[in-house]
Amino acid sequence: MSTEKILSSDGIPLEISLKKAERKNKLKALMLVGPLFLFLIITYIFPIGDMLFRSVDDRMITQKLPNTFAALEKWDGKELPDEATYEAFYKDFYPLAISKEAGKLYQRLNYEKSGFSSGLKKTNRTIKKFEKANYKEQFMATHKIWKDVDYWIALKNTAPNWSYAKYLKGLDLKFDQDRNIIQQDEDRRVHKILWLRTIKVAFWVTVFCFLLAYPISHLLATLPMKYSNLLMICVLLPFWTSLLVRTSSWMVLLQQQGPINDLIVWLGWAADDNRPELMYNVVGTFVAMTQILLPFMVLPLYSVMKTISPSLMRAGKSLGGTPFTAFRQIYFPLTIPGIGAGCLLVFILAIGYYITPALVGGASGSLISNTIAYHMKSSLDWSFAAALGTMLLVGVLTIYWIYNKLVGIDNIKLG
Amino acid sequence: MALPTYTSWNYRIWHYTYLTICGLVFFFLIAPLFVILPLSFNAEQYIHFSKGMIALDPDAFSLRWYEDMIYGTKNPWGLATKNSLIIAFFATIGSTVLGTVAALGLSSRHMPYKAAFMALLISPMIVPLIISGTAIFFFMAKVGLAATHTGIILSHIILGTPFVVITVTATLTGFDHSVTRAASSLGSNPVNTFMKITLPLILPGVISGALFAFVTSFDEVVVVLFLAGLENTTIPIQMWVGLREQLSPTIMAVATCLIIMSTLILVSAELLRRRSERLRGINR
Repeated sequence: MSTEKILSSDGIPLEISLKKAERKNKLKALMLVGPLFLFLIITYIFPIGDMLFRSVDDRMITQKLPNTFAALEKWDGKELPDEATYEAFYKDFYPLAISKEAGKLYQRLNYEKSGFSSGLKKTNRTIKKFEKANYKEQFMATHKIWKDVDYWIALKNTAPNWSYAKYLKGLDLKFDQDRNIIQQDEDRRVHKILWLRTIKVAFWVTVFCFLLAYPISHLLATLPMKYSNLLMICVLLPFWTSLLVRTSSWMVLLQQQGPINDLIVWLGWAADDNRPELMYNVVGTFVAMTQILLPFMVLPLYSVMKTISPSLMRAGKSLGGTPFTAFRQIYFPLTIPGIGAGCLLVFILAIGYYITPALVGGASGSLISNTIAYHMKSSLDWSFAAALGTMLLVGVLTIYWIYNKLVGIDNIKLG
Repeated sequence: MALPTYTSWNYRIWHYTYLTICGLVFFFLIAPLFVILPLSFNAEQYIHFSKGMIALDPDAFSLRWYEDMIYGTKNPWGLATKNSLIIAFFATIGSTVLGTVAALGLSSRHMPYKAAFMALLISPMIVPLIISGTAIFFFMAKVGLAATHTGIILSHIILGTPFVVITVTATLTGFDHSVTRAASSLGSNPVNTFMKITLPLILPGVISGALFAFVTSFDEVVVVLFLAGLENTTIPIQMWVGLREQLSPTIMAVATCLIIMSTLILVSAELLRRRSERLRGINR
């Protein structure tokens, strides 16, 4: 037995030159994926990380009031702070008041404790006339918040640079004065309802889509090609049509003077002057979302059913099973991969839906995405929008992970 | 589907119920789209079927809303169409090039961590648009690209690439790599091999990916809603604004045009899919 290594034509051991070739191929593949990977890292993954960062970033106050926080460090929080602290606050706040940069501070501190905003605004107006001594007295004369220990405690509580308060707010929780986590006031508990509604809508839309998609996918998979191609257009045309067009067609159909209401009146189910509200509530969201997401359920189901041989059902029946038994014991179990794929896909899409609920959902049919958009565009509480977005993202990524485990990402099929 | 003569009555009843259910579901899928067509030809200003329309009176129909869409003085549709086309054009090119190249790498036998890369590259399709929109908006604002065409095009490239990656990798499964090896053994360089051998074979997949990317960009509203200024308005943005105010017949006219466009895209996508299957020798 010779232990001599096999050499390739240029005298290098074959093993090494094979490895080298392998490495070269690996590198080539990586270089091809590289551009898109880098592009997404910079323009997509990094921004999502930045959003996460923004949701916990709470450095603004500490940066605007450095002297105050330095002075408050030694304060025990029992009685009003001493003259030096008030002076430090004067030193921080005076330049802000002059340069009119205190706006963000009002908003942030008012979120911590209501009353801050009006107190600071009043102080903003009077601080320019302050004499350069007896700060404590002058502050206390300006507004009652400066006489209240609670406001100083609230201010001191904002000292940490990172805060998960926005996440608590998203779950209807908050900090009390002693940094314990408590329930939000009763009239402000809106987010839990929204989360539950979002999950509920996504769940039922998935169920409806499944119930509607299963029979037609079966029909599409069993019909001869020339018929099924024609019927497939009914699935694919909505799939390729603009979301806004489909939503607007539902707005036409569901409006009070619309065809569906006309039909209900004509059938005598409702009086003409008492037409049911089909839109701007959760009914509209359900109906429109089910129709819009239906193709996403049909396509995976169809592609699985297409592979099931019809002879299996015939075999089941010939062995004495009723059609129902054959379906339950043979056909249905074989379609489970398609059901899993379709349901997860529809659920993922439904849970983050924004456009359709915003247009046909009204107040009672709006979902968590609509709240995120509201905080992005109207209330401008961007860190809260980022926190809600992060929470939704975690949910979606969990489902995505399950999807990947069960179905495999490379098995997604389009059309 | 005719049933064999020996089928029992029970089964017959069940079979026709099943067909009826399927018919209703297909109706539910497709009928809403066809509500829009007649309403866009309505002579009146309201969005409902007037008595004249039901009686098929020719006077109840008119093209005035199409005229309004094209020539209306205050109408933003001209600018919106121009912007939409420019943005979709560049976004399609960007996503198609980046996505196709990445798909070539992903389909290689030698690609390490394939599943992880795939999951990451497809993530923009899975992550809810509202989150992508928020994150991209913060980023574009930071680098000074908010309210610019460039910013919107870049974000549409992000959203469009997953579709290209999926369709092109699907085309590349079952791709016979011996043809490219044959080409290189005959002395062709990799670029030449790609252009002359690989690309023509996978072209149907690439084009259908490009169609997906185009439609994604052309329909996209959430990210543009965050990013766009008045100058960058697009067709979906104008529809969104219009729908939030009130349903106008002009929107029905625009929607009709969009439906016709999507029909054309659907037909070309279907033809491409069949051609691709034929090229790859898949017989069904």
